[in-house]
Amino acid sequence: MTAPASSLTIDLAARFPGAVSADVRPGYGGFIVPAEKLIEVATAIRDEFGYDLLSAVTGVDYIADNKMEVVYHAFKTTGGPAFVFKVQVPRENPVLPSVVNIWRGAEFQEREAWDLLGIKFEGHPDLRRILMWEGFEGHPLRKDWKEPFFEEEVKPFKSRWPDGKHTFAEVKNPFRDNLQFPADFDPEKVTFTDPEEALYKSLKKYHSETRDGIETDHILVNMGPQHPSTHGVFRAVVMLDGETVVSLKPVMGYLHRNHDKIGERNTFLQNMPYTDRLDYFCSMTNNFGYALAVEKLMNIQVPERADYIRVIMSELTRIQNHLIFLGMFLNDLGAMYTPALYAFEERELILDIFEEVAGARMMCNYFRFGGVARDMGEDALRKARELVFDRLPGKVDEMDRLLTENEVLVSRVKGIGYLSAEDAIRTSMTGPMLRASGVPYDIRRADPYSIYDRFDFNVACRPEGDLLARYMVRIDEMRESLKILGQALKQIPAGPIFPGKPQYQVKVPAGESYGRVESPKGELAYYVVSNGKPNPYRYHVRPSSFVNLTSLEQMCIGEKIADFVAILGGIDIVLGELDR
Amino acid sequence: MENNELNLPGYEIPEDVKNVVAVTTLDRLLNPVYNWGRRSSVWPLMFGLACCAIEMIAAQASRYDLARFGMEVMRPTPRQADLMIVSGTVTKKMVPAIVRLYNQMPEPKYVMAMGACASSGGPFKEGYNVVAGIDKFLPVDVYVPGCPPTPQALMNGLIMLQKKIDKEKISQVRWYRKGHDSVEIPVPILGPDLIDPRRIPDIKAAAAQPVTTPAQAGG
Repeated sequence: MTAPASSLTIDLAARFPGAVSADVRPGYGGFIVPAEKLIEVATAIRDEFGYDLLSAVTGVDYIADNKMEVVYHAFKTTGGPAFVFKVQVPRENPVLPSVVNIWRGAEFQEREAWDLLGIKFEGHPDLRRILMWEGFEGHPLRKDWKEPFFEEEVKPFKSRWPDGKHTFAEVKNPFRDNLQFPADFDPEKVTFTDPEEALYKSLKKYHSETRDGIETDHILVNMGPQHPSTHGVFRAVVMLDGETVVSLKPVMGYLHRNHDKIGERNTFLQNMPYTDRLDYFCSMTNNFGYALAVEKLMNIQVPERADYIRVIMSELTRIQNHLIFLGMFLNDLGAMYTPALYAFEERELILDIFEEVAGARMMCNYFRFGGVARDMGEDALRKARELVFDRLPGKVDEMDRLLTENEVLVSRVKGIGYLSAEDAIRTSMTGPMLRASGVPYDIRRADPYSIYDRFDFNVACRPEGDLLARYMVRIDEMRESLKILGQALKQIPAGPIFPGKPQYQVKVPAGESYGRVESPKGELAYYVVSNGKPNPYRYHVRPSSFVNLTSLEQMCIGEKIADFVAILGGIDIVLGELDR
Repeated sequence: MENNELNLPGYEIPEDVKNVVAVTTLDRLLNPVYNWGRRSSVWPLMFGLACCAIEMIAAQASRYDLARFGMEVMRPTPRQADLMIVSGTVTKKMVPAIVRLYNQMPEPKYVMAMGACASSGGPFKEGYNVVAGIDKFLPVDVYVPGCPPTPQALMNGLIMLQKKIDKEKISQVRWYRKGHDSVEIPVPILGPDLIDPRRIPDIKAAAAQPVTTPAQAGG
């Protein structure tokens, strides 16, 4: 485990002499590209060097240097570590060209950087706010922007510790609530920006014509944020021609809980329970990614047994996530309840193991930097063995038998929501979405972390690129996970689960790090910047569901509105991670 | 309710029909029957906000099975629902929609704040897009603590709600009062920040003060 995951095997500085320079700040890696050269350099990175999958785009506000930095992490779908490059722009006027035309997967992430940091991307087709609403005051992730309940820059707050006094945050705010308004703000006189206006403008224009003497018109349907099949508070604005989707825009942010901002105030360890609440089905894999990112910075080794426990927990998580996926997906298709109830029955058994080792069913908060919080006892191991060797293989087969050859199901999903391999890569799909389009890209194999290189398993992959393939990949993956679990449960050694004594405050050297895991929904990554203090300087989550939505519009256009529900279900989004 | 509880004292009932006939007043009969019917068929709104929604689904599923309380009928439309389980973090962007949903529910309606976030903002309280508890907008009947509450905790909350319903009196409940139909909660507005129309005078007065926000005070 070395410091930042980047490859200096490719010398970009030599390819673009005078323009591109290596990032030499201690703890940092990659290259710094001038804004005016970005498009040229990015095209070369994709076409000449072969980094076809742009994983993350995010900004960092270096207020002391009066600079904004946009950080790009690109990968090869054939495997290997990240290629990191950065663009620095002045804080007063942060403008740089958009890379959407090179990697379409940057679309939502650039919008997010505009929303939260106020960085403008020239040439972006639809640069609107994405998580907050249009008309919101300020860009919250800027270091000089303070939230209404602001108390101190970093935790632990002095009022709480060591003195232990607590006053309600409401008391300190002049509006007695989580609010702030400009001076002399008068709600009766101001005309507000309508948050919906820009959204509707971004859709295709209404189109009416006369067919067979009858006037026809497109109609606009708002699905969500309260809709039984949008998996939470997701909203999509769909334009329809009859029943056919003509244009579609996803609207997010209804569960934006300010993860990044709160994460910057927290100490490193305090962020661990927050990561649980990202993808609330898979708290174990969320923990895993964050632990990896910080461990890279701290440069510590994880004991053998802890690594095994981590793998066991993440693979159990994957199985229960995919079970729920099957249940919910079938629910969306109209097979009400039965598959979901079957799925929940198995899930409860897996959650029992989590509860036993971590103390909580869902919000496990189980990983620590360097290991795990508690050992996996003999009883939990026995339960896991019983599940993995005796019960789950049969149950997965049962689900498979029950559903896969069902004619109604097959006719609903076969050939629907097609996404080609090229498009899937271009829109930065990851996880089962990418693998169902025929790209065998699995981080556990492509860029192995922890001890995944020791296990014998196949990367589940299907070439069809339709909904049926997405469904089948998940079933295959459960079987592969069972394979990994079988090996891990047999090999797990005795030994310590944590190096040294557990600490409340960890010391993290300055630098940047990108920790990523193959979460059940795709690539979940954390970009953490430390400046040597007890709190992260920047804490960014690269969510898989969020980026996977980039191709939603493309997959839905031309399909029926009822298929939109199925296609969305097939992406397997979870709102906690999508909106953060 | 047993026959002997229902029976008013002072009325002699012949021995052979003692377990079949009861003599009582309308008031004494109506409230228990009315409440029993109401509490045994609370239809929750199929409405999930965040992590807690998953525990709500788990409570619905086979192991915990809310059907035992007559609450298994989740309605996706607010127009058919009796109970809104606010299951998760309420954000400023979402709260106008939640208030609208509440306004669309027919009386009698109940609100349960499930989990720390819906009760008070929970771990995300300090967030700039988070409403510190749904009770700033809606009248909450039951609070269920936990992050997220386990299905058992949710069930306990539902039992508490049933107990609350048991204590209602037809002559006093708000939805039979005159003019009640017009009571609607004004929908918040998304301006530079969230604006509760009921609090516009406060906001105006506080904004007129010289130093208003921590941000402007420079922290």
